[in-house]
Amino acid sequence: MSSASSLSWFVRHEVRLAWREWIAMLTGGQRGRKRAALIGLVAFAALMHLPAYAVIGRFADLQMPIDKTSLIMMTATIALAWALILSQAIESVTRVFYARADLDLIMSSPVRLTNIFSVRIAAIALSVTAMALLFSTPFIDVLVASGGARWLAAFGVVIAIGLSAAAIAIAVTLILFRLIGPSRTRLVAQVVAAVVGAGFVIALQVAAILSYGTMSRFAVLTSDAAADFAPDADSLLWWPARAMLGDSEALLLLLAGSLVMLGAVMAIFSPRFADTAIGVSANGASARAVPQTKAFRNGSRQQALRRKEFLLLRRDPWLMSQSLMQLLYLVPPALLLWRSFSDSSAAILLVTPVIVMAAGQLAGGLAWLTISGEDAADLVTTAPLPPASVIRAKIEVVLIAIAAIFAPLLAALAFASPLQAAVTALGVVIATISATAIQLWFRVQAKRSQFRRRQTSSRIATFAEAFSSIGWAATAALVLVAPLGAAISGFLTVAVMAATWKISPRRD
Amino acid sequence: MTMTEAALEVRGLTKCFDRPAVDALDLSVRRGEFYALLGPNGAGKTTTLRMVAGLLRPDAGSVSILGIDALADSVAAKQVMAWVSDEPMIYDKLTPLEYLEFVAGLWGIDAASAEFTAHTLLSSLGLEPHLHERCEGFSKGMRQKVALAGALVHEPRLIILDEPLTGLDALSARHVKGLLQERVRAGCTVIMTTHILEVAERMADRIGVIAAGRLVAEGTLEELRRRNGRNDTLEDMFIALVDEAAAA
Repeated sequence: MSSASSLSWFVRHEVRLAWREWIAMLTGGQRGRKRAALIGLVAFAALMHLPAYAVIGRFADLQMPIDKTSLIMMTATIALAWALILSQAIESVTRVFYARADLDLIMSSPVRLTNIFSVRIAAIALSVTAMALLFSTPFIDVLVASGGARWLAAFGVVIAIGLSAAAIAIAVTLILFRLIGPSRTRLVAQVVAAVVGAGFVIALQVAAILSYGTMSRFAVLTSDAAADFAPDADSLLWWPARAMLGDSEALLLLLAGSLVMLGAVMAIFSPRFADTAIGVSANGASARAVPQTKAFRNGSRQQALRRKEFLLLRRDPWLMSQSLMQLLYLVPPALLLWRSFSDSSAAILLVTPVIVMAAGQLAGGLAWLTISGEDAADLVTTAPLPPASVIRAKIEVVLIAIAAIFAPLLAALAFASPLQAAVTALGVVIATISATAIQLWFRVQAKRSQFRRRQTSSRIATFAEAFSSIGWAATAALVLVAPLGAAISGFLTVAVMAATWKISPRRD
Repeated sequence: MTMTEAALEVRGLTKCFDRPAVDALDLSVRRGEFYALLGPNGAGKTTTLRMVAGLLRPDAGSVSILGIDALADSVAAKQVMAWVSDEPMIYDKLTPLEYLEFVAGLWGIDAASAEFTAHTLLSSLGLEPHLHERCEGFSKGMRQKVALAGALVHEPRLIILDEPLTGLDALSARHVKGLLQERVRAGCTVIMTTHILEVAERMADRIGVIAAGRLVAEGTLEELRRRNGRNDTLEDMFIALVDEAAAA
């Protein structure tokens, strides 16, 4: 086989792998769901046009020249999209390194590795860009339908930010491998991805809280201070916004810039890709010592289970980071809480739904890890204790962890507003119990390392968990401002829980 | 043989998936016996043992472990039994000692005696240099040894092993076999499935051959030879028995 034909064969191979990973993500790895998943995806994309219209429809008439505040808003929105895509791209690159099992085969084959890994880098960039296009299409459709064909240029902007984000993600991940080694890169890349993804929004919120006492990020973007600080209209900074508005010169430069960036990354990092891949596979076999274990401890069987669960959670920072990243969103409300001690802002009410929502989401993740993610399922099943005791011990772990994380925040809230603290605490308890119950009803036997896939193993459980967290968060907030609304919201959330229980798999 | 004499008494055990995996199986294993359960792939060996260990609920039949009705009082039955599967299921983030401490805790064993037993077991399996290393870096053989040590740390009276020697090197296999024989000498009962017929030939007091979910032959090596009418190796007898069962 010639070099060119082997390369095109490898491109096809990569495209097929990427496609199958996509399908597996959509179907939860279950055969026979492909058609339903594709129909669901199309339906979801169609449905997304409604919120897209609500969010962006009113901006369809925007045309050059526009005022500075609009430029700031557009640029910030593009920057947010870019940050989210970058976050997703870092995740994708890490997944390729840690999850693909074909590196031995590729590296032992008689082909030039630099070419092969260039293709792999391009494939990562393409899949990241495809994902970005998929999510942005409803928004661009709305702009095109309402504002005309000139908005089609937005697709070009999405492609440019997809390619550039992928290029930077690959560079960042490979540099991390060099600097801190493969074992830490997975965790750090995960944290970087989450911080990049959420950091932009959180930073805007933090700035808004500190400056204006509100959690609205728009407060900063639309302020006079931002307009004064922003550069002139012909600055490079506004190119993405101008390209989006149909400036073909800006669009071409943007696309060319992103392609050059990706090309440079391929040229610089393809030869190093192989070393990095070897580093990852070698890392899997290394032994890691821990400090001398303490003497064996007596205690009940449930205590043994709880101790094991806490130890496993503590020992696996990657898994913990997956869950605890949600706590990043607690930073703004915590800041708002701190600020409210000095002035009695009504915005403090926003703390309640954020805390309740975060508790529900975190409890869902922890419950999956303890209940479904049991690596030694046979051992625990053959142990001489009733299944109910095992489940109870695991649920206790979730409750204790949630209590430990949220108690300090609730205690601080109690100083600012005891009633709100009591309502929030109740919301946290109910959201935690609900999320744990859903994980219990939909439990499966899985490895803890499959944590990332938990959301695709049962779509119903995933949506039910999200709806219950949002429902209890809304209910808790409404209790404080509109009790009748709280009753309605609470009733709807209970109905969601009841329906979820009803359709959950039957068990002995 | 009465119920109280048997370490394991299985009557009419049945399990169907798409087709019958275990078909009204009767099986008795005496106390203090090393029993090898042989059979071709898909014969129902693992399904049988998983039902005995309480990992699968049978569709019909009864399981008695050391006189305890395992289906009615599974907790009491599990207290005296240990299960080791061919795929060692241990926790990557725990060290062998921490894993054994957890197992001892689950079985409610006194911490001091469990710690002593754990050290002895891990040393005899050649894992002493790795006591404080996380299992995530262990080879399959090392993981299998940790799982085996976990099965033995609570001093079970019945040990059920499904292909325990898979993936072990010659020295590790010898360690494991030695440990199991030691347990049998101490009065423990061992039931083991294996595809390594030489192991069954050399270690088992009695051998059972299972095909299509039914026990097609059982006895000592001599009894099986007598039944076969020739002085064949176990391998020849096994192939003849399986062919016979397939033809029937």
